[in-house]
Amino acid sequence: MDLSFTPEEVAFRQELRTFFTTAIPQSIRTKVLEGQHLTKEEIITAQRILNANGLAVPNWPVEWGGKDWSPVQVYIYQDEMQLNGVPSPLAFNTSMVGPVIAQFGTDAQKKRYLAEAANLDVWWCQGFSEPGAGSDLASLRTKAERVGDTWVINGQKTWTTLAQHADWIFVLCRTDPTAKKQEGISFILADMKTPGITRRPIQTIDGGHEVNEIFFDNVVVPAENLVGELHRGWDCAKFLLGNERTGIARVGTSKARLKRIRELAALEFEGGTPLIESEKFREKLAAVEIELKALEMTQLRIVADEKNHAKGKPNPASSILKLKGSTIQQATTELMMEIVGPYVMPFAESDEGDGRNETGYGPEYAAGTGPTYFNWRKISIYGGSNEIQRNIVAKAILGF
Amino acid sequence: MDFDFSEDQRLLKDSVDRLVADRYGFESRKGFAKQANGWSAEMWAQYAELGLLGLPFSEDHGGFGGGAIETGLVMEAFGRGLVLEPYLATVVLGGGIIRHGASAEQQEELVPQIVAGDLKLALAHVERHSRWNLNDVAVTAKADGSGYVINGEKSVVLHGDCADKLLVTARTGGAQRDAGGIGVFLVDASDAGVSRKGYPTQDGLRAAEVSFANARGVAIGDAGGALPVVSRVVDEAIAALCSEAVGGMGEMLAITVDYMKQRKQFGRAIGEFQVLQHRAVDMFAALEGAKSMAMLATMMATSDDAKARRQAISAAKVQIGKSGKHIGEEAVQLHGGIAMTMEYKVGHYFKRMTMIEQMFGSTDHHLAYVANSGGMF
Repeated sequence: MDLSFTPEEVAFRQELRTFFTTAIPQSIRTKVLEGQHLTKEEIITAQRILNANGLAVPNWPVEWGGKDWSPVQVYIYQDEMQLNGVPSPLAFNTSMVGPVIAQFGTDAQKKRYLAEAANLDVWWCQGFSEPGAGSDLASLRTKAERVGDTWVINGQKTWTTLAQHADWIFVLCRTDPTAKKQEGISFILADMKTPGITRRPIQTIDGGHEVNEIFFDNVVVPAENLVGELHRGWDCAKFLLGNERTGIARVGTSKARLKRIRELAALEFEGGTPLIESEKFREKLAAVEIELKALEMTQLRIVADEKNHAKGKPNPASSILKLKGSTIQQATTELMMEIVGPYVMPFAESDEGDGRNETGYGPEYAAGTGPTYFNWRKISIYGGSNEIQRNIVAKAILGF
Repeated sequence: MDFDFSEDQRLLKDSVDRLVADRYGFESRKGFAKQANGWSAEMWAQYAELGLLGLPFSEDHGGFGGGAIETGLVMEAFGRGLVLEPYLATVVLGGGIIRHGASAEQQEELVPQIVAGDLKLALAHVERHSRWNLNDVAVTAKADGSGYVINGEKSVVLHGDCADKLLVTARTGGAQRDAGGIGVFLVDASDAGVSRKGYPTQDGLRAAEVSFANARGVAIGDAGGALPVVSRVVDEAIAALCSEAVGGMGEMLAITVDYMKQRKQFGRAIGEFQVLQHRAVDMFAALEGAKSMAMLATMMATSDDAKARRQAISAAKVQIGKSGKHIGEEAVQLHGGIAMTMEYKVGHYFKRMTMIEQMFGSTDHHLAYVANSGGMF
C-alpha cells in the first residue's frame, strides 16, 4: 500500500496543470470555479483549445484522438481540470455520442461525425428522457418508423440540456412496439434543423434556461442515421451511461470549491468577526472536507483497482461515487449560501444564451450562490437518480 | 499509488483471518470472557506463537519489523472476531511507548518479554478531568535517586487490571495543562504504591481505575518532554482502532444483509422491501467511507510530519465514529428485537463501535481538531 504517485505521474500532473492554467482563459476558469454558467462561445473556446492540444477526447479510441491513458492518468487529468476550473469537454459530444459512434458506428459514421464532435464544430444534445420516462428510461414512447430510406420520428423528449445551442441530437426511439421494453429501442441521429423538430425552453428554479423540451412531429431523417444494430439501442444507452463512472464524483470540483469557500469565509463578517473564525462554521466546513477526503480515497481505491475490471465493466462500488459525490457537491452550495448571507436574496432572470444570474448587488461572488444551490439539486437526480444508484448497489453488491 | 498488500502482508492476513475464523467464534468468545482476566491465556499464547505480539518491534529485539499496515491487518481481523485479549494495550499502546521512547537498554530488556507473551502492558494516561487532552496531566512524578516517585490517579486504563507493568504519564514540571513537563514512567503493577480497581467495559473488554501513592517508576525517554511520543503512539492506536472498527462494521453489514434475506414477514423476505434495501446501501456507503479513511490513517500513522499525521488521523477518527454509529444503530434496527439481546452477535459489535467512538477522542473532539487545522485541501 502506497499513496504516492510515481515521478512520471507527478510530472504528468504538473504538465497538465501548467497547460490548463496558461492556455485556458482565466475569465472562463473563474466562472467555472464559482459555479456560474458559461456562454456558448466560452464552452466552444475552451474545448477547441483542449482539442488543438489533443486533450478533448482522451477516453476515445487512439485512432480517433484518444490517449490510451492508464486509469491513474485519466484520474489526474479529470482532477486537474476540475481543480483549475477548466470546463469539461461537452459531455454530450465527448463522453456520450462520440464513444457510442466509435464503439457501435459504421466507418462512414465515424468519419463523418467524430472529428467535428471532438472539436465542438457540431454541438450535440441528448434525446433520452421523456415526460413519462425518467428513471424508468426504457419505458420511452418516442417512435421511429421505417418509411423507404428514411426514419420518421414522432414523440417528445425532455430535460434536453443546452439544446438551444445544439446542431444535432441523438435520440432513443422505439422501433419495435411489439418487443419487450428494452428490446425494441434504436439509437438514431437527427439534425436539429430538420423540419418538424421544435423546442420549448424550460425555466428551472434557479431562473436559468438550461433545459428544454423537444417535440418531434413527423421528423424525417435518412436511414443511415441509425447507430448500431436496429432494436439494439439499449446497448448503446447502457454503454453510454456506464462510460463515465469515476469522473462523476467530481472530487476535483468539490476540492476547488472548498478552497474557495475557505477564502471567501474570511471576507464576510458577522459581529465584526470573519465567518471563518466561527467555530460552528469551521466545523461544518471540516465535516464536508472529511467526507470529501473519504470520497477521494474511495475514488483512488477504485482507480487503482480498475486494472482488475474489464473495460466497460466498472467496479460496482463506483455507484457510491455518484451517491456521495452528488451530496458533497450540494453541500458546497449550502456553505456558499451561508457565506453570502443576505446577498443570496437578489434574483435576476437570465436569458437563454448566457444564463448568468448577475444582479449587480452585493459582492461579485454572491450572484451565483442562490442559483447554484437551486440548480445543483439536479445532481442527485440526473444520470440515474441517487435512488437508482441505491437500487444498483442493492442488487449488484449486496445481492438483494 | 496502490492499495495492494505485499506477499508477506497477504500471508500474515491469511493466517490471522484463519485464526480468528477458526478459534474465535461467538460461542468461544463467550467462554473466553469468563476466564480469569476476562480473556483467553491460550489465545494470547497463540498470538505469541504466530509472531503477532512481536509484529511492530525491530528485528534486533526479536520483533518482526512490521509497520502500521501489518498492525492494521491484525486489528481488522480482531475487529471481526471481537477479540478480547489486551493486544491494543500491550502491543500498540505500551509497545508503542517502548518503541518510540525507551532507551536501547530498556528495549533490549522489555521487548523480548512482550514478544514471548510474558509481559502485558497498559498505558495509564486518562485522568478524571483530562478527557481527551493528552497534555492535561495532574499525576506527579518526582525524581528520587535513580528513579521517580509517582502520585495521583488515572482513569479508565485499558486492560489496566491485568497488566504486569503500567506506563504512566506524569508531570515533572509545568502547570496542569502545559505541553512541557510531562514524562512517561514504567511502574511495576505489583509495586506497593499501586492500587487497581478492575472492571468490565460495555464492550466486554476490561479497564481499571489506578491510584499511585508513592509508587516507584522509571522514566521512559525524556522525563519532561514525552508528550510528542505519547501523541504519536495515540495516533498509531487510533489508526489501529480504525482498522478494528472496519472489521467490525464489515461483519455487522454482512450479518444484517444475510438476515434480511432470511427473515420473512408479510409473506416475504424483508430484504425484498426497497425501503430496507436502501438503508442497507447507506450502511455500505458508510463502510466504504470508513475503509477509505482507515487506509488513510494507516498510511499516515507513521508519517514524521506531525501536523499532516494529526490531521489525517483526526479526520479518520471522525469518519469511523460516524460510520460506526450509523452502521451499528442501523444493524440493530434492521434486525429488530433479536439484535437487542445479549445472545445475538450484532449487539456486541454495536457496543464495541460505541466504545471505540469514546476512545482517544470522540467524533466531536476530532472534528474540532480538523476544523482548527487550516483546511484539508
